[in-house]
Amino acid sequence: MSGAVVTRVNGPVVELSAGEGLAMRDLVFVGPEQLPGEVIALEATRAIVQIYEYTGGLRPGDRVHGSGGPLTVELGPGLLGGVFDGVLRPLHSVGPHIERGGASRTLSEERNWRFVPTIGIGDLVTSGSKLGTLPESAAIDHHVLVPIGVEGRVEWIVPEGDYHVGDVVARVGGHELGLSQRWPVHRPRPVSARLPPAEPLVTGQRVLDLLFPVARGSTAAIPGGFGTGKTVALQQIAKWCDAAVIVYVGCGERGNELADVLQEFEALKDPRTGQSLLDRTVLIANTSNMPVMAREASVYTGVAVAEYYRDMGHDAVVIADSTSRWAEALRELASRTGELPAEEGYPAGLSSALANFYERAGRVRTLDGAIASVTVLGAVSPPGGDLTEPVTSHTRRFVRAVWSLDRDLAYARHYPAVSWRDSSARDSDGLATWQAEHGDPGWGERRTQTLRLLTDADRVESIAQLVGADSLPASERLTLRVARLLREGVLQQSAVLPGDEYTTPAKQRALLELVLEVHARMQALLEGGTPIARLDAFDLSPVVSARFETTPEGAAEVNQIATELIGALDSLEGRR
Amino acid sequence: MSSQAPIEYRAIGSIRGPLIVVQDVDGVGWDEVAEIRLSTGELRHGTVLDVDRDLAVVEVLEGTAGMRLDSARVAFSGSPMQVPVGEGWLGRACNGRGEPIDGGPPITGGERRPVAGTPINPAQRAAPNEAILTGVSAIDGLATLVRGQKLPVFSVGGLPHLELAAQIAAQAHVAGEPFAIVFAALGLPHADVHSVRSVLERRAQLGDLALFINTADDPVVERIVTPRVALTVAEHLAFERGRHVLVVIADLTNYCEAVRQVSAARGEIPSRRGYPGYLYSDLASLLERAGRIKGLPGSLTQLPVLTMPAGDITHPVPDVTGYITEGQLVLSPELYARGISPPLDALGSLSRLMRHGAGPGLTREDHLEISAQLYGIAARARQAADLAEVVGEDALSDADRSYLRARTTFEREFLTQSFGEARSVEQTLDRAWAVASLLAPEELSMISPPTLEARYRPASRDGAPDPTR
Ligand SMILES: Nc1ncnc2c1ncn2[C@@H]1O[C@H](COP(=O)(O)OP(=O)(O)OP(=O)(O)O)[C@@H](O)[C@H]1O
Ligand SMILES: [Mg+2]
Repeated sequence: MSGAVVTRVNGPVVELSAGEGLAMRDLVFVGPEQLPGEVIALEATRAIVQIYEYTGGLRPGDRVHGSGGPLTVELGPGLLGGVFDGVLRPLHSVGPHIERGGASRTLSEERNWRFVPTIGIGDLVTSGSKLGTLPESAAIDHHVLVPIGVEGRVEWIVPEGDYHVGDVVARVGGHELGLSQRWPVHRPRPVSARLPPAEPLVTGQRVLDLLFPVARGSTAAIPGGFGTGKTVALQQIAKWCDAAVIVYVGCGERGNELADVLQEFEALKDPRTGQSLLDRTVLIANTSNMPVMAREASVYTGVAVAEYYRDMGHDAVVIADSTSRWAEALRELASRTGELPAEEGYPAGLSSALANFYERAGRVRTLDGAIASVTVLGAVSPPGGDLTEPVTSHTRRFVRAVWSLDRDLAYARHYPAVSWRDSSARDSDGLATWQAEHGDPGWGERRTQTLRLLTDADRVESIAQLVGADSLPASERLTLRVARLLREGVLQQSAVLPGDEYTTPAKQRALLELVLEVHARMQALLEGGTPIARLDAFDLSPVVSARFETTPEGAAEVNQIATELIGALDSLEGRR
Repeated sequence: MSSQAPIEYRAIGSIRGPLIVVQDVDGVGWDEVAEIRLSTGELRHGTVLDVDRDLAVVEVLEGTAGMRLDSARVAFSGSPMQVPVGEGWLGRACNGRGEPIDGGPPITGGERRPVAGTPINPAQRAAPNEAILTGVSAIDGLATLVRGQKLPVFSVGGLPHLELAAQIAAQAHVAGEPFAIVFAALGLPHADVHSVRSVLERRAQLGDLALFINTADDPVVERIVTPRVALTVAEHLAFERGRHVLVVIADLTNYCEAVRQVSAARGEIPSRRGYPGYLYSDLASLLERAGRIKGLPGSLTQLPVLTMPAGDITHPVPDVTGYITEGQLVLSPELYARGISPPLDALGSLSRLMRHGAGPGLTREDHLEISAQLYGIAARARQAADLAEVVGEDALSDADRSYLRARTTFEREFLTQSFGEARSVEQTLDRAWAVASLLAPEELSMISPPTLEARYRPASRDGAPDPTR
């Protein structure tokens, strides 16, 4: 590979003279500043490389050095709470502007970790089994695992003590092992078995958990035009969902949003552990003005990090905002390498690239025997809000849940603007069974009933717009009113009101039951002859404010409100 | 530009659109600046778009008209394009490449910076906060501009967006801290440039305005460089000189068309409506230069103005912009036709960062509540108006009718404002209350009881209160 030189520079795409000695996906360093890049095409005498940095000044004749292997990242303690670029270079230790060519190490070499070995000399260990444990953050125990490809007898292992990531802590089958290991991001980390999804991932967002739930280890996409609320929804999930580790990949999006995430996550406490939310979060930032090619790597880097924590037995969630920007990076690359475009300029490999990405989600039995998961949630930003465009339509085929955001709802400031018409959740039947087995046999029926009510109301609404609400039959007017109650009292959820930011499953259930109960009672009253005007005059505003005037855990408070309100409704009947 | 005399190349293989292919080059780097000397002695400038062994494709900023294959000499500078930075730009008017058009001497400075900029490290960004006040009620009141934000104006040909942009550039201020305006005109007709300049005259004299002007008849490729030059100057003023800088760019649609034209000349595969697939990344490389940086006093805020072709918000230019910016201010032809100016469509407009710049301790304690309420009123009034179209206004409920009345006052007393009038936040919010006070207090659900107590001033029986009282 020595002797390879640059022959052509076309933006981030660079051609090299000699392909010999290089392998596809190999990492190379190009030019005097050693700009990192990845081999993306190989011919006998020519290699094409995508460079992860601005290539200004790079010229034919510049030298190239190979790393001798694919793009790998360093995985180990110290990822949590950190901010990294698309190839896992730490951003905290860099100045206000990102100069190119910096090759800093992912993990701090100075930090001390209290390592407690869990195996002894002479034990037989295999890839992925546990060597020992260290407390990476107050919330997360970091298990140091035998790297993939290593197995054998433990020849020696350090005693409990403080160690750096660079220290050798054990020797297994002739390999010296440290606290960290490297992994090629494009390769899924092996597991012992893939398991079907079973338990819900509780997001704390009512419209999702009640109507369009996602299971741990499953996948969901959130398509929506600009400003419809994708980022806010994903950030809310990152803050409040009940996973152990969150990997948040800001892929081709705004720098200010990342500043916001950093600032807020640092200040907020995880309601389950009482620790700072940043302590369970790894941030990967490749903002829209950072080099486009590193966007391509960033989503894989994110999944690799999540798989690493999964292999320790944790439930991890990868959030990618936005997968469309990643797909655009693929498109730009394809067009610069002269690949024939398929739809709208995207390469024909788009759908398989999307499939491969989402397929890295899963609930698994790890090599170490634990049950753990990686859930993948991706934003999709369709041009012109057109949901038939290639990235959206392919993504829909590969994900289990689609949370489609509706421009009209967002315009009416109905947030989260999740459309009940265009969204779907393929895990819902399985999760209804899980709920039934875990104390809530009515879960599935409530979901069905709610969706039906919303669709009925849409139909009635369109009639009302023609004839005026006053000319509708009483039962349909009631449908409209209850649907509005459902929207305002249950589905809408503010990201900024403290009581409303997240809701526990018990409170979610209490709120929904309250609305459905009001509907049932009012229907009965109507049928029993109570005039609709009497019902119209009945004040339902406590139902609307219950969501934010109680605490996020306030199921009992909501039930209290329900008891009073239903009591008042029943007395209507008495006074008829 | 370089210290040693650079090599001059004479072999131009082809000329197509703004691109020339220079042959037999040696050691030329990507994105390097080139100087092209024509046989007439005229000097043009270019940048290297692609370099393949001994061929360099150069994009000529001033265009290739009049160039011949055999008579131009091309020299490469050895580095990507740079401009001098410093306070010397303030009070000056320049063309789109930064050459003075005000009769003054060229702007030189001790320091030069690459116009491509260097991305701000997201981990070192400070989240935007605090407002830039524009003196325009529709903006300050409803969609407050926050320091470090990028907030575009989406307009349509024929609406007064340029007047609005000039008014904002003339009036914008931050209380008591160093401030500057950088105004980049892209592809504007001479008449428009003239009127913008006359509105900004005073600001230029005060020395806190830098003006970059690429007119409609200036070279198209130059239009791609102009915002980069302007932003490089602005970044220096913001992050190295501690000023709060507001960059106003008009018209971004002309910029995008220039990008499309160059892309076509390069024979690239188009994506939507002929625009290249990298339009998003290209625009982001401009707009993401807004922000604040931890530990540094200044800020860079951007207010790009664009016209939506055929008024279509799903057109790639507004669409891609909306995906990058933090909200949008939408102007409505329908409102303008009814005589409302500036014709801000309240429901379509949003400043996503508003709560970081307005409210208690920032503008006024009731600001967020009253602005949310005005949005609520606008939404409800729209429903009432839709209903009125079907059943007639007489059939509306009393509440619906009061919303229609409030909307009229909202449009006439709150939105309507002349281009020479600067309103304080106090005045703006008092006008907002005059609108809200037309409704019964129980309709004002977005306002807390103490705020309502303090600010609600119901109308007297015989008409609306005088908002200027
Ligand atoms: N749950 C919510 N509560 C309150 N406000 C919300 C909520 N969801 C969205 N919003 C409002 O909508 C704005 C836009 O939301 P967001 O940034 O998530 O949009 P987006 O879909 O990610 O847009 P883009 O594609 O441009 O990134 C927010 O700034 C906020 O004002
Ligand atoms: Mg977003």
